[in-house]
Amino acid sequence: MYDLILLLVLLSLGYFFGTYLEKKHYKSILKREKELKSILLFDTKLIPPELQASGGQMVVGHVVVSIDYFKRFVAGLRKLLGGRLKTYESLLDRARREAVLRMKAHAQESDANMIFNIKFETASISKGARDTIGSVEVYVYGSAVKATQ
Amino acid sequence: MLLSNLEILPNKRVVKHLGLVQGSTVRAKHAGKDILASFKNVFGGELKAYTELMQEARDEALQRMVAQAESTGANAVLNIRFATSSVAQGAAELFAYGTAVVLEER
Repeated sequence: MYDLILLLVLLSLGYFFGTYLEKKHYKSILKREKELKSILLFDTKLIPPELQASGGQMVVGHVVVSIDYFKRFVAGLRKLLGGRLKTYESLLDRARREAVLRMKAHAQESDANMIFNIKFETASISKGARDTIGSVEVYVYGSAVKATQ
Repeated sequence: MLLSNLEILPNKRVVKHLGLVQGSTVRAKHAGKDILASFKNVFGGELKAYTELMQEARDEALQRMVAQAESTGANAVLNIRFATSSVAQGAAELFAYGTAVVLEER
């Protein structure tokens, strides 16, 4: 009985706080994406020779995010049937966008306006094991360049 | 020391190649922070303690790589890559490698 109550409490805490935090996070992501729109990203290695470029210092951005209890529960149910795990999709989307924004912010500090050779790395910290923290690390890096077109 | 993950830098010329340099570190997570993080796991959101931990570890790996590059007399490391592997439950190895070179303004 107590287990059931605990589960329901955790689920509702996860649902309300998780939804609130996610909305807040998306709002801040959208706002910062607008602010940093001027920095262009490339995953090519070679800087086009027609650009007047200088610099090339490495910039990094990374974040570790955790899933909330409710979403994890829903994903657990979903796993019985297979298909899209929407709750995890939004977690990874948030993590990647946040990491890119942090990298862009670093580039802006050094006055760069382009980042080349961007690489993403994603590491699962829990690897889906039971009773561990469902969280994911996203790491992104590239070389910041100041260039005029 | 200029660190970059490009192979060719604008306005710079490689005058000497010094070969591969690398740095790595193995880190375990802090038990106390782990408990705090497990609370966070109910609500979701960023695990700041882990973010910091991973950043510290990557900085350490990079520093070791830079130290190696400095000892060979390089002034830049090009084409840097990162790799992560989990060694044991709750521990991770962070690895950084690149090519040490001497650069000159063109």
